[in-house]
Amino acid sequence: MTVTPVQPPKIAPTGRGVTRSKTTTLLGGAVLAGMVLWFFLAFVATGPDVREVGGELVGQQDAFRLIYVHVPAALVAYLAFFVTAVGSVMVLVKKSVWWDLVAGASAEIGALAAALTLITGSIWGRPIWNTWWEWGDVRLLTTLVLFMLSLGYLAVRRLEGTAEERAKRSAVVGLLLIVNVVIVNRSVEWWANQTIHQRSTIAEAAIQDLKAFTLFFSIVLGVAAYVWILIHRFRLSWLERQYDRFGLDDAIERRRAEATVGGQP
Amino acid sequence: MTHVGFLVAGWGISLVASAIYAITVMRRAKRLAALVPPERIRWMTGDDADVIGES
Repeated sequence: MTVTPVQPPKIAPTGRGVTRSKTTTLLGGAVLAGMVLWFFLAFVATGPDVREVGGELVGQQDAFRLIYVHVPAALVAYLAFFVTAVGSVMVLVKKSVWWDLVAGASAEIGALAAALTLITGSIWGRPIWNTWWEWGDVRLLTTLVLFMLSLGYLAVRRLEGTAEERAKRSAVVGLLLIVNVVIVNRSVEWWANQTIHQRSTIAEAAIQDLKAFTLFFSIVLGVAAYVWILIHRFRLSWLERQYDRFGLDDAIERRRAEATVGGQP
Repeated sequence: MTHVGFLVAGWGISLVASAIYAITVMRRAKRLAALVPPERIRWMTGDDADVIGES
């Protein structure tokens, strides 16, 4: 009788490259190279914000350079929550696992971007508005609500229940995120007298020339970095799902295979 | 240059927080990949159904 030994499973690739692929390597390299240019544009090529109005010099001076971090962070948060909302629709309509994981991964990055938006905005507000925070400001408050809602979304994803229940619940909260993004974005228009936050710097062409290009470049770089980390985060979510679903079965199979190869019963 | 402290804080927190997040994601993936068979590591090579609640 011929006994065919059970082959032990291949050793899973380890190291930092588990979630890496050719695409992410290229994209990551481009983001790093872009960051060098970003620093150069933000701190060397562009000058401080100083304008002459009525014979007087006004402007935000070097605090203006925070806009190159603050605006991309805010737009990445909007984009991330938009992707979460699209994923949530796909979960509700098609019950798609792939979109559920994308929505969750994107929301986590969006929460980080929203937090950075609030922090950099506060740091910018201190020298420009002479305050770290203003509770009566609708832009600030709605952004805080957006951040808290994103944390709520991530918490809902971790609630007890079947996979279907969890996906449905989180998809509903995911849709609320995009509604809130619209409110945050339009708040400076809808409640113009209840905010000290300026209107859209880009839409109103408040900056020109190299400063405008630097801001545009910062946004493109932010989006590229978002896509890069989203791919990695999605692959991690996939691994988590595989481990949750098959982790015990795989461990038993591996032990059996080891025992067989080792000549043990 | 004016507002140096604010610039260092704003840029520094953003870059450090983003870097920590990216490293954390990759380290968690590295740990988990050791516990998942190679054919299931990537969604494209997995045999999992793309419908929630189904195998």
